[in-house]
Amino acid sequence: MSKALPVMQETINAPPGAVIGFDEKLAAHGMELRAAAVDTLQVNVGKLCNQTCKHCHVDAGPKRKEIMTRETVEQVIHAVRKFAIPTVDITGGAPELNPSFRYLIRESRKLGSNVIVRHNLTVMFEPGQEDLPQFFRKHAIDVVSSLPYFLEQQTDAQRGRGVFEKSIEALRRLNAVGYGVEDSNLVLNLVYNPVGAFLPPPQASIEADFKRELMNRYDIVFNHLYTITNMPINRFLDYLRRSGNEERYLRKLVEAFNPATVDGLMCRNLVSVDWTGRLYDCDFNQMLEVGVAPELPQTIADFDPERFSRRRIMTGSHCFGCTAGAGSSCGGAVAVNS
Amino acid sequence: MSYYEEVDLDRFADIGKHRPDLFEKFMAWYQACQEDGALSRREKALIGLAVAHALQCPYCIDAFSQSCLESGSNMEQMTEAIHMASAIRGGAALIHGLQAQNSVNKVSM
Repeated sequence: MSKALPVMQETINAPPGAVIGFDEKLAAHGMELRAAAVDTLQVNVGKLCNQTCKHCHVDAGPKRKEIMTRETVEQVIHAVRKFAIPTVDITGGAPELNPSFRYLIRESRKLGSNVIVRHNLTVMFEPGQEDLPQFFRKHAIDVVSSLPYFLEQQTDAQRGRGVFEKSIEALRRLNAVGYGVEDSNLVLNLVYNPVGAFLPPPQASIEADFKRELMNRYDIVFNHLYTITNMPINRFLDYLRRSGNEERYLRKLVEAFNPATVDGLMCRNLVSVDWTGRLYDCDFNQMLEVGVAPELPQTIADFDPERFSRRRIMTGSHCFGCTAGAGSSCGGAVAVNS
Repeated sequence: MSYYEEVDLDRFADIGKHRPDLFEKFMAWYQACQEDGALSRREKALIGLAVAHALQCPYCIDAFSQSCLESGSNMEQMTEAIHMASAIRGGAALIHGLQAQNSVNKVSM
């Protein structure tokens, strides 16, 4: 399984002297990438998942064994308590499959943190998970769910056969308890990923399509749609190579570099924790095993937001995935298309 | 070697090696045409795809297929645009049947 990008200069056969390394690209625009604050602790509780999506940057799936232990979860909760972390963003894999998932949520909510769960919808049909909509509602969790398209063919092509039908049923169940319903204060946001080697369309435009089509076809409502660019690492990079799209896609990301995205990049406001408690600048660096800058504490047990709030962000060629076009973050596009 | 090479699409700017002033004028016009206006970028990309098929230009078909996806169209919508181009091409051929009829009528008793 491919982890990281090759050196992009070689890959795209750029002309001599071209400035295409990510840090060099920033420097050419008079920019450097530093954190602004630590508003969010993004906790990846493990790589176990009930799905095996073709674009997954985690390489998550049913056979993965990496799971955050209760001891590490306690360290996360300790940090949330000690530093009054405003937002805990829980991801995976399917984070619900970690036995400590509900404990982490209950404790984080008791401490007053806003909690986001990156919920893949179909996990709701796994044994013991049927009450997830009620559990989410009880703790007023913000739910963010992937649905790459409002049609079955595209969704199943990316996420596996039968996923679309289950996802629609799961959305109905979330709507039934109030998620995504106007004035309910229960937030249901969807995520669009391109089903292939191309950039996402403008977020507002495709959100309007999703709202219209999901309402007309399935009577489903939601709050916002986030467009997220497929990151050329791990499983998606393998797809790019197998399909002969690697060079063209990487070139597209570099050529679409948009300096207006840099201020809004997610790495500037969050710290990412992996299943072992190690710290990263984002979930992508986590999967590439590129830890935070070496002068900083490396694990959640030693975390101190003071030292992380103006830190130097560790970058690589994959960062072009977050700065292309309208940009891409865990909260979707970060700049108006330019 | 084929007459059409995929990599040539990315070499379009090489046309500007000669008379760059003309190429720059073309590019400014070409890009301005595709901006959001009274028609959206998405609608313009679908028009581009249809025209590309009518012209049977492989570079344009490749470029506007990507533009359509990246402006939010799906294959069903793109196929409808291609059918529009094809239907008009077909109709344009067929209506010339009247030319044949006129020609035949002129020399017939």
